[in-house]
Amino acid sequence: MSKYLPLWPDQASTMAGQVDALYIYLLLVAGVMTTVIFLAVTILAIKYRRVPGREAAQIEGSTILEIGWSVIPFFVMLTFFIWGAVLFFKERTPPADATEVYVVAKQWMWKVEHMEGQREINELHVPTGQNVKLIMTSQDVIHSFFIPAFRLKQDVLPGRYTTLWFKATVPGRYHLFCAEYCGTMHSGMGGDIVVMEPQDYAAWMAGGATAPLQDTGKALFASLGCSTCHRSDVQGRGPNLEGIYDKPVLLEDGRTVTADENYVRESILNPTAKIVSGFKPVMPTFQGIVSDEQLNALVAYVKSLSLPPTGTAGLQNSPVSSPAQPQNMQVQ
Amino acid sequence: MASNVASTGVATAPQDPTLNYLNNGHSLKSWLLTTDHKRISLLYLISVTVFFFLGGFFAMLIRLELLTPQGDLMQADTYNKVFTMHGMIMVFFFLIPVVPAVLGNFLVPLMIGAKDLAFPRINLLSWYLYIVAGTLFLHCMLTGGVDTGWTFYTPYSTVGSNTNVIEAGLAVFIAGFSSIFTGLNFIVTIHRMRAPGMTWDRLPLFLWSMYATSLIMILGTPVVAITIVLVAVERLFHLGIFDPRLGGDPLLFQHLFWFYSHPAVYIMILPSMGVVSELIACFARKRIFGYKFVALSSVAIAVLGFLVWAHHMFVAGISLYAAMIFSFLTFFIGVPSAVKVFNWTATLYKASISYATPMLYAFGFIGLFTIGGLTGLFLATLGIDVHVTDTYFVVAHFHYVMVGGVLMGYLGGMHFWWPKISGRMYPEGWAKLSALLVFVGFNLTFFPQFILGYVGMPRRYWQYPPEFQVLNVLSTAGASVLAVGYLLPMIYFLWSLRYGPIATANPWGAAGLEWQTTSPPPTFNFDETPVVTWEAYNYEDIPAPKELEAPVAQ
Repeated sequence: MSKYLPLWPDQASTMAGQVDALYIYLLLVAGVMTTVIFLAVTILAIKYRRVPGREAAQIEGSTILEIGWSVIPFFVMLTFFIWGAVLFFKERTPPADATEVYVVAKQWMWKVEHMEGQREINELHVPTGQNVKLIMTSQDVIHSFFIPAFRLKQDVLPGRYTTLWFKATVPGRYHLFCAEYCGTMHSGMGGDIVVMEPQDYAAWMAGGATAPLQDTGKALFASLGCSTCHRSDVQGRGPNLEGIYDKPVLLEDGRTVTADENYVRESILNPTAKIVSGFKPVMPTFQGIVSDEQLNALVAYVKSLSLPPTGTAGLQNSPVSSPAQPQNMQVQ
Repeated sequence: MASNVASTGVATAPQDPTLNYLNNGHSLKSWLLTTDHKRISLLYLISVTVFFFLGGFFAMLIRLELLTPQGDLMQADTYNKVFTMHGMIMVFFFLIPVVPAVLGNFLVPLMIGAKDLAFPRINLLSWYLYIVAGTLFLHCMLTGGVDTGWTFYTPYSTVGSNTNVIEAGLAVFIAGFSSIFTGLNFIVTIHRMRAPGMTWDRLPLFLWSMYATSLIMILGTPVVAITIVLVAVERLFHLGIFDPRLGGDPLLFQHLFWFYSHPAVYIMILPSMGVVSELIACFARKRIFGYKFVALSSVAIAVLGFLVWAHHMFVAGISLYAAMIFSFLTFFIGVPSAVKVFNWTATLYKASISYATPMLYAFGFIGLFTIGGLTGLFLATLGIDVHVTDTYFVVAHFHYVMVGGVLMGYLGGMHFWWPKISGRMYPEGWAKLSALLVFVGFNLTFFPQFILGYVGMPRRYWQYPPEFQVLNVLSTAGASVLAVGYLLPMIYFLWSLRYGPIATANPWGAAGLEWQTTSPPPTFNFDETPVVTWEAYNYEDIPAPKELEAPVAQ
């Protein structure tokens, strides 16, 4: 990419090449269409310019032509739709083995928390070759997490989680932008996505080890008193949370919902919104009591209760556990 | 041509032939209390022009700030207010009213052979509402302005911004009623007041597009009005509607807002499409190829326009399948838009084409609208939209449609009907120069922004990474050329009022009832109600003007 006149963005994720391929296809079709129309208008305008003694021929129209130039472009556009929808489906469906990272947006910064407990502000370190899923929420207004080099963007909303996933391919520093206008320093709400080779990433990750996010969540779960009702040994006043994540839950009103991140979050902040069948609406709200970061830790903990017994599945892909770490490789 | 006009025998009160709508009363009162649609059209012309240059002034401030990567010309907050003012003024006080309220107001009664609109007083009320709204907006601007962006996105607009959101919202709310009244007036007028013989399939295509536009105005505008009220209610009384901390849903706002604001895009572009049909027919001296398809495509655009709003929200947090449905529906609206472009092009076949200024603008419209429309397909394509939405790619796309499309149509129409409106001819050489400057300046301003968007520059940025500078400098350079292109017509139109050659009733040899009355028309338009016995665009019956270029009366 030319430093002064960039005509094409860096490609640094598995998605970037696929988006570019579709974009090039669209550019070709649009280029051909534009050329055809420009040439047609220019040639006709010159050929049939007004000359004395030549009258215009009155032509009513042609139904066949009309149907032709309605239907054929439509089928061409259908190829745009299908290709675009397939790509979108991939972009919006995180693989099951993705490492999760929590992101909290606020005016005007990005706060990132890795499962291993590493925290960052306005930076996100990720390894190449690893699927990464961002679980994002906002503390105030709507923001949007945009990484041009990955061709990915997702709005980040207050009051709920949205997710974004990618697999980075090329080490380097890439722009992170906020793409949804959010007030005074909207244009300053950016940072860097730092893509690293796995061994460099492991070294970075080992640099400032803190408690894994789910452990923070476990401690909160106890200190906030959640564990007195949500028990796994005997039936408590609240449902047993083990194994519920990503499973269907039957509600008191007969509906069934999936216990995804947004459901767990809502159940903490607004417990009476969706009461599990067989339970009473006795849980108090934790709105205003837990911060967004604490919520993330709680959600991570509840999710960890649904992992296989080792309890480290969330970390199993993490290079932290890889034995051969070149400790001398320092990053940044 | 006189042979075309048969008399119904219903004689109206004879009008003094030396009197026209312009010199029939000179007092301020005769203008401010007029119910003559042509005078109201001129009142609108003056007011939308003021807002256009005000909005353009803010555009130049934006372009100057973006000349350098650092935010060095103004503060971040000021910049945010400047782009908000630019957007709100251009959308609500210029693009939405401009063609309907100026050209539509002037032409709808003339084109159907009526003396005035169905509700002349409501027409005047529309203008006053516009003025009240505009004044309120100016007051809001002078007392601190507003910084939410023209889209008022929640919860920023309800709890985030500490600027004057409610006053700006109220201004938009009132302007909305002006627009509703105009739409209502046009619908009733077109239904009830067509001259004998002016059947639906003889209606000029400009009127079909005005009719379709009016439908959107009366069906869509109330939704945005209520949405703005809800924003005000949440802001004032903290009732949870959009802010999740109060129990609201931030996406609800976007659904409601785009339910109007996407169709509003067609409120802007449809009238210009109608103008372009008139221009091409006249300067190609032909009936528009596939008249019925072009007429119905306007209605199809109006209807389909209500079914695609969530394509503004593909990354906003709507479900995967909702996004797919809205993407699919969006491609449908590409069809009637493409039909228009193909039909205009086909009209040029075996035509007798003059390169008078209005036709140059029509050519410009086809070119810019083609690029604007095709890049719209990029945005409708889900996998691409994720990357380019909320970047300069979108900014470039909608400026190609709204400025490239709407303004090219409007300026083409102004040049075409200026002899009818003012009774004078404009200077053809200067006009051609301005058309060229607008076209070149426009492309230089906005084409680099497509590239800028794809390489990743988000919109509404006050400062940006240094590698984006060259493209921004090109864009600012283009904006300067564009500004000259827009200033020129204002100067020579004003000049022509005094020094322009006197125009004949029909200087272009154009079809259409508006050309069968004097230039400028008398207060009641026609001495006798015309009876229409011919199809629209009967150019085989009308001799072309002698000169190839802008004809000038002796």
